[in-house]
Amino acid sequence: MSGFSVTEPSKRQKWIAGLLVMTYALVTLMPLLWVIATGFKSPADSIAYPPKVLFQPSLEGYVNLFTTQTRISPDMQKTLVPPTTWYEQIVRDKDMVIAGPSRYGQRFLNSIIIGFGSTFFSVFLGTLAAYAFSRFKVPIKDDLLFFILSTRMMPPVAVAIPIFLMYRQLGLSDTHLGMILLYTAVNLSLSVWLLKGFIDEIPLEYEEAALIDGYTRFQAFYKIVLPQAATGIASTAIFCLIFAWNEYAFAVLLTSGNAQTAPPFIPTIIGVGGQDWPAVAAGATIFLIPVMIFTIKLRKHLLRGITFGAVRK
Amino acid sequence: MADKTIDRIARATPPGVANRVRGLSDRTIAWLFVGPSIFLLLAVNIFPLIWTIRLSFTNFRVNRVHAPIKFVGLRNYERILSDPDIWETMQATAHFLFWTILFQVLIGFALAYLINKKFKGNDLWTTIIVFPMMLSPAVVGNFWTFLYQPQIGLFNYVVGFFSGIDPSSFSMIGSIHLAPWAIVIVDTWMWTPFVMLICLAGLRSIPNSIYEAAEIDRASKWRQFWTLTVPMVLPFLMLAVLFRGIENFKMFDLVVQLTGGGPGSITTLSSIDLKREAFEKWRTGYASAYAVIMFVAVFGLASIYVKALNKVKDR
Repeated sequence: MSGFSVTEPSKRQKWIAGLLVMTYALVTLMPLLWVIATGFKSPADSIAYPPKVLFQPSLEGYVNLFTTQTRISPDMQKTLVPPTTWYEQIVRDKDMVIAGPSRYGQRFLNSIIIGFGSTFFSVFLGTLAAYAFSRFKVPIKDDLLFFILSTRMMPPVAVAIPIFLMYRQLGLSDTHLGMILLYTAVNLSLSVWLLKGFIDEIPLEYEEAALIDGYTRFQAFYKIVLPQAATGIASTAIFCLIFAWNEYAFAVLLTSGNAQTAPPFIPTIIGVGGQDWPAVAAGATIFLIPVMIFTIKLRKHLLRGITFGAVRK
Repeated sequence: MADKTIDRIARATPPGVANRVRGLSDRTIAWLFVGPSIFLLLAVNIFPLIWTIRLSFTNFRVNRVHAPIKFVGLRNYERILSDPDIWETMQATAHFLFWTILFQVLIGFALAYLINKKFKGNDLWTTIIVFPMMLSPAVVGNFWTFLYQPQIGLFNYVVGFFSGIDPSSFSMIGSIHLAPWAIVIVDTWMWTPFVMLICLAGLRSIPNSIYEAAEIDRASKWRQFWTLTVPMVLPFLMLAVLFRGIENFKMFDLVVQLTGGGPGSITTLSSIDLKREAFEKWRTGYASAYAVIMFVAVFGLASIYVKALNKVKDR
């Protein structure tokens, strides 16, 4: 459509709207940019007053994040072999030596294992359930669907009390399997509701044609429906992954060391004499970046994901 | 050749037999597909819920497993509902809920309205605005404690820069008067995009033809806004409020990391209080009763609200 339209905003209106939205976006982005920048500051720069916008970039925060260090006297320093790597150099400059890796790497790995594990199971189970809900006459369907959704409404702290007792009995406390099962269950409501929406949108005719051609129901499901639902399944998976990745309440209440993920760990990063802000910021940056990349990938399905498929646009 | 023969035989077989030969019936598949999910939810959600309800009538404490478990009837419930401290946490929760939802609705709707003017590059800016909402609330809470530092924090510096107040003269998370607003600000920063996205979907669902008709009727822009735009977006807005309401009623991670419920107990929301009873004081029976009261409150309020939402939708 071209030409004059009463509903099309005028050029001036567009310009003002754009300016206001851009201002908001820049303000809202500032805390994030500040954290990313703090990760590259030296500890002294990170607590400077007035806050430093321009600074000498340093990787000290990242080195502190991934290593544990001990102080040594300058005399002892001389007896050691000179540092061979850049990160050893950074540590030596402060009269310290690297004592070993920190626990951040292991916590990060836990986040990956538990995140991907629970995502796989909740999408797998969710796809099956969503297909059945979408295509078959399941008795008490609406009640079951509401039941599945309602499990998401409970406060995690309240759910954690009996889970804590149950896991202790079963030996699942502080294990990867325990956390994967729990996150799978929590994410199941999201994956069933989202995927049901995506599968509902695939025309029935494809499957009917396949069934007439002699496919079994099962073949029709995995040869016709699954490929068509691929984008839906992928975005559901990303939503489940982001949830498991960000989750804190269950992680802090039910794990202590072995299976602890990164969110409860990052706030506990403490340096010498007060919180080591560059290291905390570095930990947060590494942890948040993957989610930001996923958000860009998810753009189209974002609304659907955050409303459990209630708003599809 | 052989394939063709089999094919012909298969086609000649009556459908019932064919189904049995070919595989499982639809009914079996349906249960096979739904079963595992329901089972998992029963095991990880419903069974624990029933357990919680049972524990809520006892004096059980996890740190004293060998002590005899006594059935105390409704005493836990009586004690909770008559405890003034609990009413204080309810008030803190209500304050937090009310202001976060109000700000998020106002700012979120305004942003959606502006983005809907379809200026160049609005998709890009929408994506940028959405970032905070996708991040881990605990990590966000933690790094906002850094931004809220009185001397060195960016937030205090910016406020000081624009208002002339000395940035080290106030502490957002250390002061009784400011801490409730500190959590409201961060939650609003984080979740306004959520309301914005839903409102945007609402605005985009309004067909242009309605405005064209209103224009022909010579309705003023102001009138069009209040009699067309607002009522059409209202169901979407109410849905956003429902989601935010449930989420913020459960609020734990962000506030725990930001203020830890302090100073004193001024930002101790229900979930934080419940966590203390259950996992610090280990009063399991009492905490279970607390949890049950919270369930009932969420479900009760949510179902009343959904009824209202449906009424608005039908109108």
